[in-house]
Order: sequence, then C-alpha cells, then structure tokens
Amino acid sequence: MFYREAGQFKTSYKADQALFPILQDRIGMAVILIIAFVVIPAFANDFFLTSIMIPFLVFALAAIGLNILTGYCGQLSLGTGAFMGVGAYAAYKLTSIFPDANVIVMVLVSGVFSAAIGAVFGLPSLRIKGLYLAVTTLAAQFFLEWCFIRIPWLYNYNASGAIEVPRREMFGFIVTGAEALPITRYFVVLCITAGIAYLMANVLRGRIGRSWMMIRDMDIAAELMGVRPLRTKLMAFAVSSYICGVAGAMMVFFWLNAAEPSSYSIRLSFQILFMVILGGLGSLGGAFMGAAFIWILPVLLKFVPGLLGIDIAAETVEHATFMIVGALIIFFLIAEPHGFARLWQIAKQKLRVWPFPY
Amino acid sequence: MRDFKQLAIGAAVAVGVGLTGVMAPAAQAQDSNYVPLLTYRTGPYAGSGIHIANGMHDYLKMLNERDGGIGGVKLELEECETGYNAQKGVECYEATKGKGALVYNPYSTGITLQLIPKASVDKIPVLSMGYGLSAAADGNVFPWVFNVPDTYWDGASVVIKYIGQQEGGLENLKGKKIGYIFLDAGYGREPIPLLEQLAEKYGFELLQYAVPGAEMQNQSSQWLNVRRDRPDYMVMWGWGAMNPTAIKEAVKIRFPMDKFIGVWWSAGDDDAAAGGDGAKGYKAMNFSGVGSDFPALADIQEHVIDAGLSSTDAASVGGTLYNRGVLNSVIIAEGIRTAQELTGKKVITGEDMRMGLEALDLDEARLEELGLKGFAHPMKVTCEDHAGSHPVFIQQWNGEKWQQASDWIEPMTDLVRPLLEAAAKEYAEKNAPWPARTEPCPN
Amino acid sequence: MLYDIFIDPFVQMYDMPDFFLQVLWEGFVAGILYALIALGFVLIFKASGVFNFAQGIMVVFAALTLVGFHENGVPAYMALVLTVFVMGILAYGVERIVMRPLVNQPEIILLMATIGLTYFLVGFGEFVFGGEPKQMITEELGLPTGSTAFEIGERGLIILQHIDIAAAVIAVIMVTALGIFFNKTRIGRALRAVADDHQAALSVGISLNQIWAIVWFAAGLVALATGIMWGARSDVSFALEIVAFKALPVLILGGFTSIPGAIVGGLIIGFGEKIGELYWGGLVGGGVESWLAYIIALVFLLFRPQGLFGERIIERI
Repeated sequence: MFYREAGQFKTSYKADQALFPILQDRIGMAVILIIAFVVIPAFANDFFLTSIMIPFLVFALAAIGLNILTGYCGQLSLGTGAFMGVGAYAAYKLTSIFPDANVIVMVLVSGVFSAAIGAVFGLPSLRIKGLYLAVTTLAAQFFLEWCFIRIPWLYNYNASGAIEVPRREMFGFIVTGAEALPITRYFVVLCITAGIAYLMANVLRGRIGRSWMMIRDMDIAAELMGVRPLRTKLMAFAVSSYICGVAGAMMVFFWLNAAEPSSYSIRLSFQILFMVILGGLGSLGGAFMGAAFIWILPVLLKFVPGLLGIDIAAETVEHATFMIVGALIIFFLIAEPHGFARLWQIAKQKLRVWPFPY
Repeated sequence: MRDFKQLAIGAAVAVGVGLTGVMAPAAQAQDSNYVPLLTYRTGPYAGSGIHIANGMHDYLKMLNERDGGIGGVKLELEECETGYNAQKGVECYEATKGKGALVYNPYSTGITLQLIPKASVDKIPVLSMGYGLSAAADGNVFPWVFNVPDTYWDGASVVIKYIGQQEGGLENLKGKKIGYIFLDAGYGREPIPLLEQLAEKYGFELLQYAVPGAEMQNQSSQWLNVRRDRPDYMVMWGWGAMNPTAIKEAVKIRFPMDKFIGVWWSAGDDDAAAGGDGAKGYKAMNFSGVGSDFPALADIQEHVIDAGLSSTDAASVGGTLYNRGVLNSVIIAEGIRTAQELTGKKVITGEDMRMGLEALDLDEARLEELGLKGFAHPMKVTCEDHAGSHPVFIQQWNGEKWQQASDWIEPMTDLVRPLLEAAAKEYAEKNAPWPARTEPCPN
Repeated sequence: MLYDIFIDPFVQMYDMPDFFLQVLWEGFVAGILYALIALGFVLIFKASGVFNFAQGIMVVFAALTLVGFHENGVPAYMALVLTVFVMGILAYGVERIVMRPLVNQPEIILLMATIGLTYFLVGFGEFVFGGEPKQMITEELGLPTGSTAFEIGERGLIILQHIDIAAAVIAVIMVTALGIFFNKTRIGRALRAVADDHQAALSVGISLNQIWAIVWFAAGLVALATGIMWGARSDVSFALEIVAFKALPVLILGGFTSIPGAIVGGLIIGFGEKIGELYWGGLVGGGVESWLAYIIALVFLLFRPQGLFGERIIERI
C-alpha cells in the first residue's frame, strides 16, 4: 500500500529506463538527499559530522568501489586498503608537486594512479579465480604497504614517515587541513560520494555493468557470448581501484589529516569487505547501509553505557563492541546472507502488499 | 519473520540510545578540570599500553583521592580506548575535545601526527612525552606540542654516547659496527638520519634491521642477519609485541645482552622477562624512576589500588612503563598547577594549560615535594625548547628487575638541536601556510 | 648490480656454509610452523568448504586459554586437558551456532562468517584474559628449552633450539596422526566422504553436523599445538593473530584441500622466504618477508591455478 506502483504508467522508453522508475523511490531519494544536504548540516554538531558522517561517506565510497569488483564482477579482493593507500599517497604527492591546483581535482586525479596499479594487480585474475585470487590480492596489499614505508619519495622524505595534509583553499573556503570546518569537509565528501555513486549507478545498468555481471555469473559463458574477459576484468579492477583510491585520498584529506602506512593496512581491507558483504553484494544502496552498520554502530555503542549510567572501563566497552559486532555479523549473515540490500527489498515487498500479505 | 521484527526493534533501540548520546550537548563541568586519557588496553600494542594507561590513570586518581584534585579542583578523568588505531584515535579526540579537554596524550606516533595541526586550531595542547614528532621540540614552530623530556634524536645520541663510554671514548667507535633494529614505521625510522650522521662523524658502521609491523613476532630473519653481520652493539627501537620477541631472538643467537640497548619504549618489565635467564644484562634507556620505592607510589598504592579504584595489578606498580605513565601524569598535574598559578583561575582551559606546560619547571625541590625524589631528572620547558633534551640513564635487567646502570647522560644537544630546528622548519614549509607563533610566552 | 643479484648471494652461501645451514634450518622451522597453521585451514576447508579465517585467532585463543588456566593455579598438564576441552566446546558452538544455519551458502558468506567469528573471539579473548602478552608455559609442559650448538670448522656455528626441534617432531606426529585418522578410522573415512561430496555423504547416512564439529575440534587441536609453538618463540598475545596471514600463501601454494600440500607449501614458503630475505632482501632494503611469500605463491599459481596439490579445477557450462 505504501509502496504501491500500480497506476504509474510509463509512456516512453525514457521513462521506463529512468534510474528510479517508481515514484516512491524518487520521493525516498529526494528525502535522503534533503536530509544529507540540508537537515544534517543544519542540525548536526561537529562530532556527528567529523566522526560519523565524514568517515561514513568515505567508507561508503570505498565500499562502492569494492562492490564493483566483488559484487558486480565477482572478483574477491582483499587489497582494498592498499588501493586506498595508493590514492592517498598519489593525492599527497600531487598536492605537493602542484601546490596551487585545486585540491578536489587532485583528489579525483589521484584515483587514476590507483586505477593503474589496480589493473596491474588484476592481471592474475585471468588465470586465478575465487579464493585463490583473494589471497593473491593480499600480495598487492602487503607489497604496496611495504612500498609506502620503503619509498621515502612517496612521503616527501618526512622524518615522521607519514603524510600530512597541508591547508588548501577553494572559493575562499578552507577545505583541507586542520582549520577546515567540519561542515566544509562534509560537503566536499558528500558531493564526491554522491556524484560517483550516481555515475556508477548509471554505468552499472549500462553495457559495461552488464558485461561485469556476466563475467561474475559465469565467465566462460560470457566469453562465449563475446565479452572479452581480459578487458572486462581489468576494467573492473581499474574502476574499482579508482573509486577506492579517491576514497583513500578523501580519507586522509578530509578526515584523518595525517596518515601512516598502517592506516592502510589489511584491517582496512577487511573493514571495507565487511561493509560490502553485510550491505549486500551487488548493490549500491547496500554499500551505504553496510558502511553505516560497520562504522556507525561501534561509535554509537561506545555511548550506550555512559547514557545508561553504567560506569565501565573503556577497554571493556571496546571488548564488548568487538563481541557485539562479531556476533551481529554472524547473526546477519545467518538471518540474511544477501545483506541489508535484500532486507530492504523484503521490507519494500511487505510495504507494497500491506496490509494484505499473501 | 519474528527474527526480522526483533531485529528491527533491537537495532532501533541501539541506534536511538546511541544517537541521543551523540547529539546530547557535551556537559561542560564547571567545577572540575577535564583530562581525557587516550589509552589502549586492546590490540597488538596492548602489552605496552596497559601499563602506561594504568600509571597515568592511577596518579591522577590518587591526586583526586588524596588532595581532592589540584588546587582544590577535582580532575575529571575519562579514558578513551584507541587500540593504537588512527581511526579510533581521531574519533576519541573528536568525542572528548568538546568537553573542555585540557591536554591530549595520544601514545601513538600516528595519532600524534594527526593531532599536531589540530592543536593550534582547537587550542588544546598535545603532550607527547618522549615520542611523536621530534621536530615538535621547536616551540617557536609548534607552540601547542610538548615532548618533554626528550626526543628520539636525543635518545639516539645518548645511546651512541653510552656505547662510546663503554668503549672508553667516542673516538674508539671507529671501525665498530652498531646494529639498529627498529619497528618499520615512522617511529622506528625517525632516529636514522641522526644515527647516520653520527656514524659518519665517529666512523662506526650503522647496520639497519627493519621489522615490519605485521612481522613483529616473526623476527628470525632479522636476527639471522645480525648473526651474520656480527655487530658489536645492537640498538633497538621497538614497541608492543616486538620487544619481547626481539629479546628472545637475541638470546637465541647468543648475542651478548649487555651490548644490546633499547630505547625507553623497549624498557618494559614484561619485555625483558620474556627472555628468561638469557635476557640478564639487557639494557635500555629510561627517564622515569626504577622501582616502587617512592612516597608518591606508596600513596597510589594506599589511596587507589588498595581502595579498589583501579584495575592495576599491584605487582606492576614500579615497573618501567607504569612509572612512565605516572611521570606523564606528573607532568600533566604540574602543568595544571602551574597554569592555575599563572592565571589565578582554578578551572582552567586548554589555552591556560598550554601556558602551564610551557612554564613547567620540575626541579629537585618540587620532585621531592611530590614524593618523587630521584624519580626523574629535573626538567624544564622553555618557549623555544619544548623537549629540553634532558639527561637519560641506562638501566639493566638483572634477570628479575631493572637496575640503574649508569649516571644521567646528557644528549648531544649541539648536534640534535640544529637537526630539530631544520626539521621543524621543513615541516612548516611542507605544511604551508603553517601558522606563525602568536601565543605569548609565560616565562 | 647483476653481480649482486646473480652471483654474490651464491658466493656468500659458499663462503659461510654454516650460516647457510642455519638459514635453511630457520627456514625449515618457520615452514613447519606456517604449515601447522595452514593445516588447520585445510582440515576445515576439506570437510566443509569453509575458508576458516578464524584459524589465526583460534591459535591465539587456544594459547591464551592454556596460559590463562595455568595462571589461575591449574597444573600445566591439567590446563592442557582443560584447554582441549574448551576447544571442543568452541568447535561444538561454532558448528551449532555459526556453521549449521549457514549450510549451502556461497563460500564468500562462509568466509565472512569466520571473520565475524574472529572479531568475536578477539573481543571475548581480551575480555577474559586481558590484553597483556603472556609467557608460554614451555617448561611446565615439559617441552625442552635451551639450545645445542654444533661447531663446524674454525668459527662455524649452528645453533639448534630444542623447542624448534620439538616443533618439528610434534608437527610430524600430528600429520601422521591425522593421516592415520583420515585413512584408517571410520570417522576419518566419513570425513573424506563428506569432503568428496556432501550430498552423497548425507545419503549414505553420515551426519554432516557431527563431522563438522569433529573437524573444527581437530582444527582447534592443531591451533593449540601451533599456539604453544609460536608462543614459545615469541609471546602469547593478540599480535600473533597477524602471523596467521602467513599461512595464506602456504595454502594457495599447497592447495586448499591437501594436507601434504600444506606441509610442502609451508616448507617452500619457509625456505624461500628466509633465503630470499637473507641473501637478496638487502638489495631492496630488507623486510621483504612481509610480501615475498605471496609473490612466491603467486608465481607458482600462475602455472598451476589450483595450487601444487589442489584438485584440478574443471569448469563446465
């Protein structure tokens, strides 16, 4: 009843092929965008912006990147963290080589470098499949991490071995560095994430996206039908790494402000993989939901004991958070292995037929 | 579908409760000084982190219990668990800074680097005691960052000086081989430029052995290399699980332990104890007291541990890292006290705290007053020098506990200081426009 | 440059034969330890198709439980028995709570579930035992400590750690025992039947649930043995979990389903890594161990995509 699409007639191919063909979806999307662009900036405090929204959007973008590779093209990767690192280091080098260039352009360009590196590490995927491939992407993870430490040129020979984000302005607003207001950084991150998500939503339902899905579902069959596996797989690796690279660059430029190689460790790869799987493989909305669950839930859990007036040690909360998150991951996998995206579909179906379930 | 419903309700409740916490305005206490402690009792570095966290917490708690706080104002303590993880470190910072935080002690090089540019913006000083960015010692460039009593470069120069003493003079270092085993991260790499410079100056050969973070507990290759190269001395810059493993491996290849010297972060009691009997003779630098034979520690025992206000295991009081945590808190407490004296306010702000730390003068008399005579070398901060390059001593493991094995050794300030200033200048240039110092100097 | 790459390392090996032997020995020991971790993975993968990421944390958990019991005054051998018992409970719990509801899910979901299990065990382990590193109770368990040195020639010296020898012996015993168990006992045959074909096994009356619990228990025992050995070499702490990643290249090298593969793969990685690090690592600044194993595995894999001993992958449409 709430989600009834009866009566919404399409009179042109264009209307039928629209990104959101159903009216309710359009309304829902509009509400989400209004909340994101108007309500949150108007009411949220700094902590909410810097520690919840910005990381959430950065992770959501990274999850979209990995989702393209794993969810849409079926190539399991555990090297996401390193690809994000490539983006971060590339953006850092670019801003120090071209100090006057627009920092957002630099962040977007940095993804090209991680796309190139991603494509190189994607080469074995032609021969190696499934979990074996996952382990070989670990080679990329550890090798690149080693490079971040061992190639001082990458971090401009800083004695600290870390990259630090300098202050950059754009249209009179400080967008990076410590003085940048959370709200400015939030808007930049929001625009980039929303823009890339919109772009990918269109790419994925087009020819390229479909060929990725063919490779995922059965690569030999796809090959027989004229999809070139080499090109398609490498393109998936490149696009995925590009997005992850941009996310990685945003992570250091708009969120952390400084990063050590260990910020892009294997743990980050797992974090992103969790988001993708829990959110739902092969779903852009799922990437957002997964990112929200994995990032926001632990942050919120920290506040629970304080509010309930229970005085427990900080580390106990941390232990409890680990246990709860671990248990919830298992629980959700059991309850719905296809992730939140599927839960949302089920909910949608319920709303559609409510109050007369059949 | 029952699952589904429960799930939805459970999730809604959890999110709701959490959100109110996030959105609730930070309660600014008017009658206490708020000190957040970024600690880690979990994760791969917990082994070192727990003792430090205990020491920091217990001393400040003791001041609350014994004296009712500092200057008659209680301290409000809050621990935030970072797990030595940069993401969580920033989150802890953002969560606590709104509550009127006076000072941050990140206990992680990565988190320190993230906080350094924020410190001047949010007007909250960062106290990275003996770690973090060495260049921050230049108070003119980094008015908000304090790394008393020493930087890593001070430490590296002390090690070389000490080795020189053992060999009967620095000139005898010529032709010697000194191995440097370090955690392969910014932390371990920082001393290398100075060590290379010293190697050139005194004619010894510097051999480097990097231990990647993921391989902390798997060091047999590094130590096989050590065995092949046969260095005369080994110097270690390790942390967390790297330390005990390195000591065990050194014992294994029968390296003479009295020629194996660790930085002050490789000086934990558990680290050395892991090597068993073979670790006897292992040395490490230190700048905080050895043992629990100090009146202030007895007060902690009485007012905090015996009163059940802490999770500290009584046996660990007096351990190197525990005492390090205590010293950290002593500096915080003295900073607050000095700030109160300077401003005449009882409840101070981060800006006052910065003044207090900059005017810090912990002399013999004051240490004795605090019940910590001989616990640390008297230390003084000036506006130019936020580290102070204070003397350090070498302690030695006798198989059961640490014993002081040398007098206080002055760092080679003449070499270190120009390096620090150059590094500070470079940092400011790379992060241009870096704000010029406008903060007044209290001295 | 070419000289450094192609000739110098061999000259070094020839010049210091004692050192070369020592490197080989260290490589052998490391290989055995990697193989032990990999063995746990293989057992579970073979029987249930689950890529058990939690093996690493199970190693830590088992070792911590053992030390934890001992710290609370339980005699060493008693603690060992109790730990075995705990690993049994864990195996049953995992089978009952995690694996059973996830039957027939794609492998990536099962993989995720084990990573979820890892999170849970990290939190739980730290909650119960605290985050401090602990000392392995090597002596109390009657394992040898100390070392024997062989002098060769004038200044040649090879040092063998007794604990490493013990590790090798235990690994051999373990593999033999597992081999006998798999090949000669009724449950072992059932295990192999399940590994071959779940449905066929079910149809001849083999209880999948029971088999899985047994397999997880066996993996738990392997984890305990691994934990004791690694713990004796360094410390028992949560950082040890990361070492378990080292088992992954071993696995892809040996194939996910082959026990001999795990051993051979472990040895190849162990030797390759130590020789690579000590004779070639210096050319790029050392510390190559963190990724060298993966590269070795990758190279092998390009020629044999199913691993050295893996079952041949046959693709059908």
